[in-house]
Amino acid sequence: MTPLMKTLDSMVPSGPLPQKWERHRLTLKPVAPADRRTYRVIVVGTGLAGASAAATLAESGFSVECFCYQDSARRAHSIAAQGGINAAKNYPKDGDSVERLFADTIKGGDFRSREANVYRLAEVSNAIIDQCVAQGVPFAREYDGYLANRSFGGAKVSRTFYCRGQTGQQLLLGAYQSLMRQVHAGQAAVHARAEMLDLIVVDGRAQGIIVRDLVSGAVTPHAADAVILATGGYSTLFYLSTNAKGCNVTATYRAYKRGAYFANPCLTQIHPTCIPPHGGGQSKLTLMSESLRNDGRVWVPTQPRDMRPPRDIPQAERDYFLERKYPSYGNLAPRDISSRSAKEVCDAGHGVGPGGLGVYLDLSDAIARLGKPVIRERYGNLFQMYEQITGENAYDSPMRIYPAPHYTMGGLWVDYNLMSTIPGLFVIGEANFSDHGANRLGASALMQGLADGYFIVPFTVADYLAGVSPGHGRADARHSALAGVRRSCVADAPEFAEAAGGVEARVKRLLGVRGKKSADAFHRELGRLMWDACGMSRSAEGLTRALARIPALREEFWDDVNVPGEERDFNQALEHAGRVADFLEFAELVCRDALHREESCGGHFRVEHQTPDGEAKRDDERFCYVAAWEHQGEGKPPLLHKEPLVFEHIPLAQRSYK
Amino acid sequence: MKLTLRLWRQRSARDTGRFEQYQVADISPDMSFLEMLDSLNEQLCAERKEPVAFDHDCREGICGMCSLVINGLAHGSDRGVAACQLHMRRFKDGDMITIEPWRAKAFPIIKDLVVDRSAFDRIIQAGGYVSVDTGDAPEANTVPVPKPAAETAMDAAACIGCGACVAACPNASAMLFVAAKVSHLAKLPQGQEERRRRVRSMVEAMDREGFGNCTNHFECMAACPKSIHVTFIARLNREYLKASTRRSSEDIH
Repeated sequence: MTPLMKTLDSMVPSGPLPQKWERHRLTLKPVAPADRRTYRVIVVGTGLAGASAAATLAESGFSVECFCYQDSARRAHSIAAQGGINAAKNYPKDGDSVERLFADTIKGGDFRSREANVYRLAEVSNAIIDQCVAQGVPFAREYDGYLANRSFGGAKVSRTFYCRGQTGQQLLLGAYQSLMRQVHAGQAAVHARAEMLDLIVVDGRAQGIIVRDLVSGAVTPHAADAVILATGGYSTLFYLSTNAKGCNVTATYRAYKRGAYFANPCLTQIHPTCIPPHGGGQSKLTLMSESLRNDGRVWVPTQPRDMRPPRDIPQAERDYFLERKYPSYGNLAPRDISSRSAKEVCDAGHGVGPGGLGVYLDLSDAIARLGKPVIRERYGNLFQMYEQITGENAYDSPMRIYPAPHYTMGGLWVDYNLMSTIPGLFVIGEANFSDHGANRLGASALMQGLADGYFIVPFTVADYLAGVSPGHGRADARHSALAGVRRSCVADAPEFAEAAGGVEARVKRLLGVRGKKSADAFHRELGRLMWDACGMSRSAEGLTRALARIPALREEFWDDVNVPGEERDFNQALEHAGRVADFLEFAELVCRDALHREESCGGHFRVEHQTPDGEAKRDDERFCYVAAWEHQGEGKPPLLHKEPLVFEHIPLAQRSYK
Repeated sequence: MKLTLRLWRQRSARDTGRFEQYQVADISPDMSFLEMLDSLNEQLCAERKEPVAFDHDCREGICGMCSLVINGLAHGSDRGVAACQLHMRRFKDGDMITIEPWRAKAFPIIKDLVVDRSAFDRIIQAGGYVSVDTGDAPEANTVPVPKPAAETAMDAAACIGCGACVAACPNASAMLFVAAKVSHLAKLPQGQEERRRRVRSMVEAMDREGFGNCTNHFECMAACPKSIHVTFIARLNREYLKASTRRSSEDIH
């Protein structure tokens, strides 16, 4: 069946690319300072995007309520980002510029992102560094006291700012502290251990959310004049990933079911440098920062199944496959290419370690050249983490690494204002689809999260609010809701009670199955299925098989899942079961998108579409668009909408890192 | 490996709680400690019993969510790692392992091994920040920061806010946590404006939450997954003393 197609308007302003954002900002309407407090904005998720947006909106005077499932806003998974954040400061004087960062990101994304958004991202990148430094983020510095930079994949300049191996943590703490300052000032409130389980749309506008308090189990509606989702990505769809255990698709998937289009769900990133799986009972995979590829060389033995310890393998019998295949970028080839190359050599029997699922990441040359203390200063915490997990000392023998699901470029569709197809619903950070196309470059996720949160969405949300009359904040001001106490604002519209009732019924249904298999067992099975069919390489055959299997697995879940415990209680099994139930539906959307995209681009590698030397082969004639899927109701196939991508500044070209 | 677990079970904050004993088998030495608990929970789930509630998220030692006292030690016996990074190769077949939650008045138990650490958020709210609005920042390289100061600030800023320092301290003191944030910001030029007010409000907030004070046991440093040094507590005391004795223009407002 050919679905009906509608073209989407991205609302990209006219005018020359370098002036679009500046000009557009001048057209955005502000809200008068005295009126701001009467508007209430809900922010779901307190990672880099959510915390920075919440803090900035609260600073400018809006009433902000944040929600996060963790026990504190400081624990969002942005905290785990290790390597760094990109900006076009050009401090090392190696020829960097906004133009170059823009071009690298477009090319790195394999020409599947929106030029105007990416340009704006590059443009505001420098302001992020200024902001973070002013907050006291302890970036690495040179001996002269000025900021230090390092290199990351997909770039030939050093533009990555870092705080040892804990950049995400330090940037998040900066945003979290700004948010805490606003909580103290009474401008913002944070509801921790609270999970959004539905979106409320009244009169065609997003006007609130349904939240389950994870401690008491109480389900309550929360009303607002605008809702911002900053709920991150869905890599845990694959079960084993580098994401935190709690990461999930529920918030964005619920919004999708309420009418927000989901864009490019099949574009997921497999990160090349993770610690290989150890086997049974494994609950997650751990990333080793890409920054290690600055000083590390990736290799495998030239002889298949060579069991000798790495030190006993002479240079002549080592294949530095990234340096061999991509002499120009070498070990700093982009992530999709590096991952696929590692998989290729492992599939050909050259893999090392248990099960042959691993390649060496060797820092011995750098240790010899720079000495252990320098390497320890740069990567000490990574070496320690590696040893803790594997029991091996990476100063003495090379690390073993293998690719793992890490980031999702797909997400809810947003226009230039970062607003979804539901007016009043904004989506920022990893949760939206916008800036990374088919492959994200290293150190660009932190940049995008903070660009959206600090410098873009506060303006566009204000513009939206300027056009609606405040409905919920005023009630708040009367009741002084933002004193930090948990309370809910129950709106009168029937949509609120209906959505809350729906959430409660679903919770009861999950608890009522009383089957034999845990939700975790279903999640593992789904994860394996998705990894095989929709992981590093995809085929029409595998995807078709997965599309047949997923509904069956979903049926088994609702027949046989065992969710212990009670509804009105702290119940982690119940939380997880709800997320798995959503993944069991969402997986179908991902496979459907992957099947429809009959080309290879970035992280989406269709085996039927490759160049003679095994590189991704795009089909710009047919697929140079964003695929945005619209939910059509239970049991009905979603409707595909296309946003054509136009490349006016960076001509469409086959990527080459050779 | 086969192991015996002595686990703290407590239905809610109001329940008194007690130890219960469980057996787990087929534990591989490569498993993480939390994966061992996952396997216990799978087993309990299959037996139609209620799984053990425990906090965890990133499982790579950085989010600060996990909070287990293992055989009497916060985060277990390995130095400088969180419980999620502890692996089962540290244990032997047949071992008995005692697992408890953080215990402190300021961290009330929610359920089983899960505690409420919102007191830490309130301490940060009291002043653990630099008051700069978005967009007000000068060019980043305008103010150079000497490398040693930046490094010391980073040493302190590495705190993950897990609360192990409190759990390990006989006084349930949060001084290492407070010291880390106060020192991080006091070491940087950006943190100077609010330096005195910050330390006073954060210490007041800490006292208000019911945390104890430091009497130099240094258990906090031993338990800290980021090995934050107790010299930061000395720095906190100095900062507090200076802020309490000197009048500054800040005080006039």
